[in-house]
Amino acid sequence: MVTAAQVWSALARVPDPEIPVISLVDLGVVREIEVDGGHVRVEFTPTFLGCPAQEVMRAQMADAVRALGAEPQIDVVLDDSWSTDKITPEGRRKLEESGFAPPQPRAAMGPTLVQLDAQAFRCPYCGSTDTRLENIFGPTPCRSIRYCRDCRQPFEQFKTI
Amino acid sequence: MNVQAPPEAVVEAVLAFADDELVLGWRDSEWTGVAPFLEEDVAFSSIAQGEIGHARALYELAAGVLGGDADTLAFDREPAEYRSAPFVELALAGDWAGTIARHWLYETADAIRVAELMESDWPELAGLAAKMDREEAYHRLHAEMWRDKLRGEERFEAAVEQLWPYALGVLESPQRARLAELVGREEVEAVVRGSHDDGFAALHEEMTMVRRSVPGASW
Repeated sequence: MVTAAQVWSALARVPDPEIPVISLVDLGVVREIEVDGGHVRVEFTPTFLGCPAQEVMRAQMADAVRALGAEPQIDVVLDDSWSTDKITPEGRRKLEESGFAPPQPRAAMGPTLVQLDAQAFRCPYCGSTDTRLENIFGPTPCRSIRYCRDCRQPFEQFKTI
Repeated sequence: MNVQAPPEAVVEAVLAFADDELVLGWRDSEWTGVAPFLEEDVAFSSIAQGEIGHARALYELAAGVLGGDADTLAFDREPAEYRSAPFVELALAGDWAGTIARHWLYETADAIRVAELMESDWPELAGLAAKMDREEAYHRLHAEMWRDKLRGEERFEAAVEQLWPYALGVLESPQRARLAELVGREEVEAVVRGSHDDGFAALHEEMTMVRRSVPGASW
């Protein structure tokens, strides 16, 4: 008989399809796991609604549950319960190590241009905060592009939402 | 799950919103590869992806009540059945001043609409609107940044003037005064939903082409 703990640890090995250094559990998108005999229900909240990796994530989670010998049910919840604050400390560390600046904590209000222009964003390569915003948008909906004036390295910044 | 179905008018509003986001997302994507510079190519492509993602979530919500799924609502309806505002249908690719004017006016109007939906009695809609709002914050920043760059430029101001009656048509009449206040213009007669811009037939043809060629295709 499969346990919820086994499912959590199986999903902790499922990589994010677009940023494979981080797992879906690190990313905080797995909300709840319920085990009922051989049936496993996973509640999942996508990061961004336009994220093209959603389908792959769902399929990979279903496969991981099947590999444990259980029948998966992946329920997608589209509310605002996910924010980048849900990324685990472990996940943030993994992001930074691979050159993605982890998101800043979400403030009570949404982001502002003044904030994005501020020198509070740290370069994941050299640690300098002398960085500038190059583009609010990047290769996927969750990322912005910044440039480090110190080590002259462009880098990807996880957007805070 | 809902024990009580949401009122028909609310489902209609969700469908209209979904149509706006789908069509505008499509129009935004027309800048992919041809924007004035690479940053904006990436920006408009990403914004397009965001809007179409929102359309999909809204269609799914509506489909829960109306039947079908996001794809059937997005691509299997006749042009006359779409509820999109003529504003989002206008073909503006190639016209940067017009595109930025629409972007700024739309995002300003959209913020009013989303804020209202966040207070909806339909919990799934309120939750979805709140999630959309977090993402739209970045679209708004981008729109405001460009408005600040182009403000006072002749072509941009002419585009805002020309698009203003269309922009008002995104919102229902009680919300239009708020938009006029935010944009700093007098309210005028709105170009409302119910008819389509001349370019919509060709756009519909293009949007539904794959779906019609290979019904039920998935990848």
